[in-house]
This record gives sequence, C-alpha cells and structure tokens, in this order.
Amino acid sequence: MLEEDTRKLSMADGESSREATARTLRNAFGNVFSFFILLLIGILAFSIRLFSVIKYESVIHEFDPYFNYRVTQFLTKNGIYDFWNWFDDRTWYPLGRVIGGTVYPGLTLTAGTLWWLLNSLNIPLSVETVCVFTAPIFSAFASWATYLLTKEVKGTGAGLTAAVLLAMVPSYISRSVAGSYDNEAVAIFALIFTFYLYIKTLNTGSLFYATLNALAYFYMVCSWGGYTFIINLIPMHVLLCIVTGRYSSRLYIAYAPLVVLGTLLAALVPVVGFNAVMTSEHFASFLVFIIIHVVALVYHVKGNLSPRMFKVAVTLVVSVGLVVCCAMIAVLIALVASSPTKGWSGRSLSLLDPTYASKYIPIIASVSEHQPPTWPSYFMDINVLAFLVPAGIIACFLPLSDASSFVVLYIVTAVYFSGVMVRLMLVFAPAACIMSGIALSEAFNVLTRSIKFQLPGSSGISQSGDTSMNTEGEQNDIAKTEKMDETAKERPSKKNKRKEKEPVVKASIRSRIERRLLVLPLEASVIAIILLVLLGAFYVVHCVWAAAEAYSAPSIVLTTYSREGGLHVFDDFREAYAWLSHNTEVDDKVASWWDYGYQTTAMANRTVIVDNNTWNNTHIATVGTAMSSPEKAAWEIFNSLDVKYVLVVFGGLVGYPSDDINKFLWMVRIGGGVFPHIKEPDYLRDGQYRIDSQATPTMLNCLMYKLSYYRFVETDGKAFDRVRQTEIGKKYFKLTHFEEVFTTHHWMVRIYKLKPPKNRIRGKTKKSKSKASSTSSPKRSGTGKRNPWH
Amino acid sequence: MARSTAMKAAGLILALLIFTFFSLAASSSNNQIQILNAERRIDLSSHIVKVFLTLKVENVGTSPASEIFLAFPPSQADQLALVKAQAAIGKKKKKSYVHLDVNPTQLPDAPNGTKYFSISLLNPLSSGETATLEVLYILTHSLEPFPAEISQLESQLVYFRDSALMLSPYHIKQQTTFIKTPSTKVESFTRVEPTKFAGRELKYGPYEDRPPYSFSPVIVHLENNSPFAVVEELLREVEISHWGNLQITEHYKLVHAGARHKGVFSRVDYQSRASVKGASSFKHLLASLPPRVHSVYYRDEIGNISSSHLRTDYRKSELEIEPRYPLFGGWKATFVIGYGLPLEDFLFESPDGKRYLNFSFGCPLAQTVVNKLTIKVVLPEGSKDPSAAVPYPVEQRLETKYSYLDVVGRTVLVLEKKNVVPEHITPFQVYYTFKPIFMLAEPLMLASVYFLFFMACVAYLQIDISIRK
Repeated sequence: MLEEDTRKLSMADGESSREATARTLRNAFGNVFSFFILLLIGILAFSIRLFSVIKYESVIHEFDPYFNYRVTQFLTKNGIYDFWNWFDDRTWYPLGRVIGGTVYPGLTLTAGTLWWLLNSLNIPLSVETVCVFTAPIFSAFASWATYLLTKEVKGTGAGLTAAVLLAMVPSYISRSVAGSYDNEAVAIFALIFTFYLYIKTLNTGSLFYATLNALAYFYMVCSWGGYTFIINLIPMHVLLCIVTGRYSSRLYIAYAPLVVLGTLLAALVPVVGFNAVMTSEHFASFLVFIIIHVVALVYHVKGNLSPRMFKVAVTLVVSVGLVVCCAMIAVLIALVASSPTKGWSGRSLSLLDPTYASKYIPIIASVSEHQPPTWPSYFMDINVLAFLVPAGIIACFLPLSDASSFVVLYIVTAVYFSGVMVRLMLVFAPAACIMSGIALSEAFNVLTRSIKFQLPGSSGISQSGDTSMNTEGEQNDIAKTEKMDETAKERPSKKNKRKEKEPVVKASIRSRIERRLLVLPLEASVIAIILLVLLGAFYVVHCVWAAAEAYSAPSIVLTTYSREGGLHVFDDFREAYAWLSHNTEVDDKVASWWDYGYQTTAMANRTVIVDNNTWNNTHIATVGTAMSSPEKAAWEIFNSLDVKYVLVVFGGLVGYPSDDINKFLWMVRIGGGVFPHIKEPDYLRDGQYRIDSQATPTMLNCLMYKLSYYRFVETDGKAFDRVRQTEIGKKYFKLTHFEEVFTTHHWMVRIYKLKPPKNRIRGKTKKSKSKASSTSSPKRSGTGKRNPWH
Repeated sequence: MARSTAMKAAGLILALLIFTFFSLAASSSNNQIQILNAERRIDLSSHIVKVFLTLKVENVGTSPASEIFLAFPPSQADQLALVKAQAAIGKKKKKSYVHLDVNPTQLPDAPNGTKYFSISLLNPLSSGETATLEVLYILTHSLEPFPAEISQLESQLVYFRDSALMLSPYHIKQQTTFIKTPSTKVESFTRVEPTKFAGRELKYGPYEDRPPYSFSPVIVHLENNSPFAVVEELLREVEISHWGNLQITEHYKLVHAGARHKGVFSRVDYQSRASVKGASSFKHLLASLPPRVHSVYYRDEIGNISSSHLRTDYRKSELEIEPRYPLFGGWKATFVIGYGLPLEDFLFESPDGKRYLNFSFGCPLAQTVVNKLTIKVVLPEGSKDPSAAVPYPVEQRLETKYSYLDVVGRTVLVLEKKNVVPEHITPFQVYYTFKPIFMLAEPLMLASVYFLFFMACVAYLQIDISIRK
C-alpha cells in the first residue's frame, strides 16, 4: 500500500523502482541490525546474571532451587516414568510425598531435556551446571519473547527497547541469577511468550498461532502455579474487547482454541489435573468462553437476518437465555459455596483478600516473599521504569488497538497483584518493561523526528523519502508488511497477515500527516533526548549494581569483607550438611524448621520431617510445638517421630540475622494453631519478643532457646548475642535429653542428637512406679520391660 | 574328556616339578646363609609404620647364593605396602647403595603360612663372603586403636604388635630391635629381656644366636595422635589434550582411621584448645603438586570448599586443604581436587616415534595411605596401542570414555593398585601412538556443522516450497 502511495508522489516509474530497491536494502539492513541487537540483548541478559558465579561459585542458590535440583537429578538418573511415579520417602517422614504428582514439572523437564541433549552430543556437563545456567538462558529467551510481544503491540523500536529493559530489570534478575534454579526462571519466559502468541493470534487470526498459543500455555501450566494469571487475564481482555465492541473473528480464534486446548492440556499436568475444571481460578475463562460464543452467535445471526427479524430473535433468546443462565449460575454458586474455601486455594484467596493469609494461614504469612512489598522495593526492583509506566500507558491509548488494550490490562492487574505479594513483582516487571519500552521508544520517536524536521539540511530532501525514514518506530513493521507484499510469493504463509494490517497502514498514512504538526522545538528535544539517555544510563547502573551486589548472593555461602579488605567466607551450612551426609546413618531422620528441609534432603541426603513444600500444616505444627516445648516434652515428640538428629540455625555468634531464634515466633504461632497448649503470649514479655534476662521462663526453657544457646556463654564469657544485641537470659544450663554432636565453625548450624532413654536406677523405678501407672504411657512401660533388673 | 584329564595330569606333574625344585633350592639356601647381625628400626611416629632393617649376611655354605629371603608373619604380610632393598657397596667412606629387586615368593616348608620375599643379589654370594643389605618395608593399618572409641578430650592410644625376634628363615647370630615412639607416653609394653625404654625409644635386644623362625610376640601400647588419614578410594583421572594441557581430576574418599569418635563434639572445647581437646583429630592436609600447576580447584559434591591455599614455586606446588569439618575418628569426607598442567612437562616422544606420558604414581597427599588407587589415563581421541610401564605390580585394563564432542571415544588406560603409601610416588609411563591430524577432527566437525546450518538457512530463505502460487 505504501508503495502505491509513494508511486503517486514520485510520479515517475523509474524513480519509484530505485527507491523501492533502496528501501528493500534499508529494510534488509534494519532486519540484520535488529537481529544483532537482539543477539546482544540475549548475551546481555545471560551475562548480567553471571555475577553470582563469578563472585561466588557455580552453585545452586537458596532453598527451593535445591529441591528442583534434586528432582532434576532424579529425573536424569531414573528417567521420566520413574519421575512421574516418584514417591519420595526422604521427606515428610513418616508420611512421604508423591513428588511426580505434586510438582510443576516444567522446569525440571526443561533442564533434564537440556542435559540429555548435551550429553547425547557428548558434552559431559553435570546436572548441576545445567541447572545453574538454566535461568540465565531462559531470561535471554524471555527478553526475546518481550521483543516479539512489544513488537506486536507497538512496532520494532518499542520491542527492542522493551527487550533491553527486561534483559536487566532487577526484579527478574532477583529470580533468575545463575544458580537460582526456580520455577519462575522459566515461567516468566512462558508467560510472556504465551501473551505474545495470544496477541499474535489476535492480530493475524491464524489458527496456527492459536495452537501454538495453547502449547505455550501448556508449558506455562507445567512450569508455575502463576498460570492462573494467564487464564484469568486473557478472558478479562476478551471480555473487555467484547464490551467495548471490538469483537472480531480474530478474537474468537485467539480465545476459543486456547480455552479448549489449553484446559485439556492443563489437565494433563498431574499437579493440576481436574483442578483445571474444578477450581474457581478457572471459572472465569469458562464463563467468558460461553459469552464469546453467545456473542459470536449474535454476530452471525445479525449478519444473516434483517434488522427487524433480529430484534425479534433477540427478545426471544434473551428471555429464554436469562432463565437458563440464572439456573446455571444458581447451581454453580451452590456448588462453589459448599466448599469451605469457596473453591479458591489459599494463595489465590490471599491475593484477592490481602489480609486472608495473616488471619487464617500463618504458614503462608510466615514466608517473607508473601508479604506485601514496601515502596522502596518498587524502586529497587523496577527503578526508573516506575516513572515511565504511566507514559507507556498513555502511549498505548494513542491509538488503542486490541493488542495495546491487552497490555494496559496486563499492567493494571499486575500492579494490583504485586501490591499484595512481593513475589508477584516478578509478574509486574515484564509489564513495566513493555510499557516503559513503548514510552521510551515513542518519546525517542517524537524527539528525533522533531530534530530531523528542523535540521537545516534535511528539509531539502524530498518529502517522501524523509517521511519513510522518520516514522521508523511504528512503520518498521508496516514497511515489513510491505516487504511481504513484494516477497509474498516467497512466504505465502504470511499472506493473511497482510490483509489484517491494511487498516493499520491506512491509519498510519493519515497520522503521518498529523505528525508533521506535532513537532517540538529543537533545543527542547535535544535536551529531552539527553535527559532520557541519562535516565537510561541511571537504570543500567542501578541494574548492574543490583545484579552484582543485591541479588547474587547464593544465601548458602555468606561472605563479609574484613576491615583490611580480606574476604571472609561463612560456609557453615554446607559444612553441616556435608557432616550429616558423611557421618550419620543413611536412614537417620533429621528434624529442623521447614526452611532447611529441601537443603537437608538435597545436600545431606537425609530424611527430614518437614520441608519447604508446606503441604501438611499439622506436621509443621508438630515440629513447631517440639521446638517451643521444654526439653523433655520435645524429646518425646521427636522420639515419636523417629528423629535422631535435631538441627538448629543460630546466628548469635557471628550476627547472622535470619536464624531460628528470629523465626521462632512463627514456630510458636504455627504450633499453637494446631496444639492449643502452646500459647504465643507465654513467650512474650509485655508483647515483646526477647531472649535477655527479661524473657519469660517458658521462653528460656523451650528447646529452641536451649539448643541455640547451649554452652554459648563459654565463647566470650558474657553470652552476648550479636543478632539480638543483648546478653542472653539464661547462660548456664545442661541438656539432659539431647547431646551436641556437631557445631559448625561459626556456630551457625548446630546439630544435636537425641539421647537414648536412660536405664532406670532401681530405687527410682519403685518411687516413680505409681506415677508411671497413672500416666500409663506405652513408651514408659516399654522401657520398664527392657530393664533387665526389673 | 580324555584330553582335559591329560592336561590336568601334565599340569600336576609340572607343579610337582616346580615344587621339588623350589624345595631343593630353599633347603639348600636356608642352610648355607646365616645372618651375622640384624638391626631393626621401627618408626611408629605416624600411622604408616616404617621398618628399616640392616642385615649382615654371610654365606657359610659351599655353593654361591644369589637370593636372600625375608619372612613375614601372615598378619603382617597383609599390611605390607612396600618392600625395598639395597645393598651397600664399598668401604665406609665411599659407601654407595645399589637398588635390589624384591619379589614375593613361596617356600615349601613355610611354617604357619609365613610369607616370603626374595631379594636378588647383584652378584651371587660365594662361600664365606659377607654382604650388608638395607631393607625398608612399610606396614599400613598395623596400629590398632585401643580403646577403640574415644571421646573428644581423650588422646588416641594404639596397639602395635610385632615380635621381639625377627622372623627369618636363617640362623641369626645377633639382633636388636629399636621402636621409635611418637611421644614419651607409652602405656605398656611386653618385656623380653633385655628390654629398655628410654626417651622415645624402646629397645629389644640384643639377642644372641637364635635359630630360624624364632618368634616372640610383643605388644606396645602407646599414644599416637598423628593424623590417621586414610583415603579409602582415590580415583585420579589424567586427561591428555594435545592442545597443550594435562587435566588432572582426583576424587578422594577420606576417612580418619584412628579410634572412633564417641559422643559429643563440642565446638567450644575444640576452638578453645584444639591441640589438647581434639588431639586425635586433624583438619589440614597437604598435597604436593607438580610445579607450574594452574586452575586448581577443590570442591565436593555440594560445591566449592573455600578453605585451601596454594603455594607455588619453580620446584613444586603445595596445596594446603582443609576438609569442611575437622575429622575425628571414623568421620569421613569426600572431595575432588582438580588442576591443569602444561603438557610439555609431561609428554615426550620416544625414539621409536611413540609418545609417552611421564607422570607420578601414588597419592599427592602427604602422610596418607590409599586403600585403593585407580589411575585413569585418558588418551586423546584416535590414539592407539596404549601400554604402561609401572614400577609396581598393578592391575591394568582398557576403557572407552566419551568427552566433548567425541565420536569414536577416547581410550582410557586404567591402573589399579591397593595399599599405596607415599613411598610409592615414582614416575610411571604410558606409551601410545597418535597422529596429529586427529587434533583437527573436532574443530572441522564444528565448522562443518555451522556451515551446514547456514546453508540450510540460506536454502530455506531462497527455496519456494509453497503449493499455491
């Protein structure tokens, strides 16, 4: 179309063909250029995440990644079928856990496939190495997906800008540094890619992309529980389009196959299964599925009938339809209301009602990443993007298309969810990048155009050439379609795309004339460009700092710099796990707070009672109760669970703040939630949590206190706790039912062994006999029988 | 059937012949050799027991003798890691030593399963002549901790069992045994008069005129807090790359083989006075690596171990490593040490056109015993006819390994030896033939794959595969 237009302008055939070849060349050059930019963006996304490997080592980070790593190891060793049927007896003793049916397998399968592929090419990388680098690789993919998505929304320029922003957005870096082998690392790619394919289908109306979209959605369901965001956002957008009168057959093709195929595929994932049709998170999509069919029917009927007949049909259908709908809705509501959580899972409910978790589920509330974020964390995680987002939203409204309305909807919902949980900043970050990419690209577009129009040299050049050069940002892909026109014979698959683009092209020609009028003064635009570049530079500096300093620590190794500049390494966790793995029996059970469960099973290969997959509240509460009970009661609880070793994390000697004493109130709360004899006020003095001499006797006698501070006073003579910045309350005490078997170099991990029950001395047995009979505990009678003198 | 019985019969006859031959040889030699003076110095200062034996032998028979036999009780023979012998030549001032071959043999009239080693003399000892032999033999796992379990605060006591009289097939005119203990603390020792304990030395003897196979068991109960570092399994992988690098990867399974740790491990006690409270434990190990070593790493299955130091100079490199935790009796640790070396220091070309690798055998950790040592020499892809020249009897076999982009796989020569002590560190050679053209196989493969990829791209972009025009 544009070609015809230029032909009219130039009036000469020869000239036009020369220009056409020049433009083809320029387009080809532009394509190659953007390809290389994308390649560099991929490299940037990958390499900015390597700070953790360079500064520390190539190691799996934190807690959940260790579980994923262990699952991957199992997968690579035993194959996919054993993986699906894996019942893990190393965790949640004595219950165990069905791993195959309770994990999102996407990440594991991805890394497993990657490993298998490399090994079949005889590249002997270890599973660990593959796991460590999975996240950086997928963040490169994610930035390419962002490019594609934004390109669909606002053209190549915006796409490239958004991709480069996403490649280094701190929020995403925090979850995808090398070693951070977690679901989110691949899920964000899947999320963006699903959105891209949705928009692509919406723009082209191609069933091919619709199928791909369902597959991408399937991958997302495999990867992360956050897929519910997609299956709610897309219906919302469809509804929005219908309400605003933007219904088209493209919308139908984009949505209907996704729901049908996507739901079927989602149900294939064991962890989702029938939830795909049974839980409230998915109901919105079905509702919209019905609505879009009704609307499609209405449009179809409308097209076939005369207006009068149509009115009659409408009244008929509406009256019947309403009755049916009411009946359906009544049944549905009755069904949903009959379940206690109204069909919503705990985490989803806490999203809708931010106070829900703190009221009812202390386990969800106890996780720091489930807390609402603070304002500084927004600045930390998305930095200058926070200021660019509004501009991006405005740019999306000029003009509003199906695609841009989707992006607007995405950012609005993402802002809300990120406000509820810190963790969901991750969903917000891509939206912010896309918006900022659009904003920056539009701003540069306007500013460079104003400069170009006012530069003395350029005004002399023929207008046609000038305009096609100026409107690069948006028209790049128009130019591309144009190229498609020329090369249509070569790529017939993209033919239908051209038809869809025609109205856009027309609109752009109109807007081009308008844009001539929207010119800013030269000085202002130069200054604005400089300011924008400065802003970008600030963003880059911040991102590099965040990647290097804030988010690269593996948290399993800690380092500090001494005053002389020397590096001091605290490797206590691995010291303890290595000790457990080499110097205890294979079947010994280790009790610790659930935070360390995944690490213990993965690194020490020992059975744990509870772990980070907090699926059984009672079990966790049992451990919490044992930790907050006095020694003897705790011993009995642990002994009944067959526990041989108890592991506590203690930071008092070196000042490591996230230790068990600081987490202890959560243990009390969770324990008290199930076992009412543990009462939180017993551990608080005047509502204050303290461990110094003012602490309550219950606190000073509980197991956690004793295991943490056992013989602590002998280190410095005063027993000064560097985390709580105080001297502890009870300094000298002995353990009767536990014995210290290992303490790490900096005392950060202390491991105790349960002492075997003591043989009774004869005289004592007689005295306590009456007592024993009154309590009639089976364990006691058991020990009595074992006594040879009895 | 008939044939196999015939063969069996032939074998039997052969065995009988050998038997009679040996018995004749042995009986004749036993009578004609006598030991004038035997001096044994047993060094118990570490967990590797070294025995220095000086024998002055005389041929009192008529025919010349070419072999001297050493006898060991069966319990000691299992613990024997190494026997070396040398002969002193020349007078006192210009004394020089010549290495002699030592081989395990069997004698027909061995009482109670006594095991023998024969020392082949350079020149047969003719009648009436005397010769002085220096023998070094090394025993491992011969110190038995007693009590077998100790707590952190106790120091480690061990039993050492031997005989006050040297076991020998010969008549010994005079013999003395000195036992060097690591400290002055000796709980008890068997007295076989004359016995004397002074300083850090226990002296048995001199005993005069003892007949062959005299035996007088003694037990010494002494304190020994030296690190009982035992590597249960060591796998050393030496990978040759003709691009100029020799990559070594060593997998260790370390154990403290002393008295088992019992009960509490208290960090307070350990940190306040580690030398007293935790005397039997050890936390440092020293590995001596070749000079010009580079890219050294020290890690285990859960990641890097940060406590290590590397000191390099032009003669040798020393790597001081600390396991993740101090090792008490019975505690185990596994770790991997890896490093690269410049190829030109270790790979040479022999005159017949073969290449050979000259590398050191044994475990680089100082003062450790290796129960099972496996050395895998990974030759480059395309190398042929591997053969090894090792100064000790070792088990050999071939394997194939697939590494980076290999197609036919690399030949791996596997050498295995049990009970290895630091004295085993001597060079060994692996010979093989290799054509340098194989070095280019992988780069060419990569290049062609890229070429094909780009060609495929070009083809895809240029060829019209649409059905409808």
